[in-house]
Amino acid sequence: MKRIFLIALLGSAFPALADRLPMPANAPASFTSECSSCHIAYQPALLQANDWRKLMAGLSEHFGSDATVDRKTEQEITAFLERNAGSASRLGNAGNPPRITQTARFIRKHDEIPTKYWRDPRVKSKANCEACHPGGAKGSYSEHDISIRELRE
Amino acid sequence: MMRAIPAVALLLASLACHAETPQQIRQIYVAEATSQQAGFAPSAKRGDAFFRQRFAINDKMPACTSCHTDSPLNAGQHAVTGKAIKPLAVAANPDRLSDPAKVEKWFGRNCKEVVGRACTPAEKSDFVTYLSEVR
Repeated sequence: MKRIFLIALLGSAFPALADRLPMPANAPASFTSECSSCHIAYQPALLQANDWRKLMAGLSEHFGSDATVDRKTEQEITAFLERNAGSASRLGNAGNPPRITQTARFIRKHDEIPTKYWRDPRVKSKANCEACHPGGAKGSYSEHDISIRELRE
Repeated sequence: MMRAIPAVALLLASLACHAETPQQIRQIYVAEATSQQAGFAPSAKRGDAFFRQRFAINDKMPACTSCHTDSPLNAGQHAVTGKAIKPLAVAANPDRLSDPAKVEKWFGRNCKEVVGRACTPAEKSDFVTYLSEVR
């Protein structure tokens, strides 16, 4: 009886876990201040280690912006991202330059979103997680919290 | 002469201990501009014009106002990602112009992206003067 309860509990916990990507507690201050000035500080689990390394090596041409940081900060942030990176097999290829929105996981999770919503002025860009996921910066991507009413299904 | 030494020491100590003020940051740029152009005086009016100038180098960010709105007293929004940006003016956001390294970093990035080249010390002096005085 106890075992069934445990299985039921685990079963109900997994879908919730899939939408929870908490920021690791040991995030260095430089990660938050540098990465969140133009977009939310994306959780390290959103890309695999190899892709984070590629991204950090190309900060001078960071999606049209110069996002270079000093050498020490770069090493600190890269080490943090590598340490907490997501699983390569779950995420899939992120392209070059690596984009979170190009990972198989992101595409699968968003495959039902019609194009017009990506173009919505409230959304602007796929990089703007918080347009639909108000708790995105805190790692909450639950489908129940989608802030654009028409997308909450 | 001897009396000036403790005053200088005190000034240096205060620079090291406290967050720098907008005036101190302005002085850094004015000193640099003066070394290139004798008698240089910063102007908030020129800084205001610079803020509004359309450089049109970058489609998404043709001017400072593209992300920072028509007034540095307003909160802005990143033109590409939609990320909220706190006001630039010291009167609206006391954290502004309190860290010279941060100011220099953002001049570096934004001048390259929006102006299409590095900003001159004179432009930085004017801009910092504008942001510290605008109400």
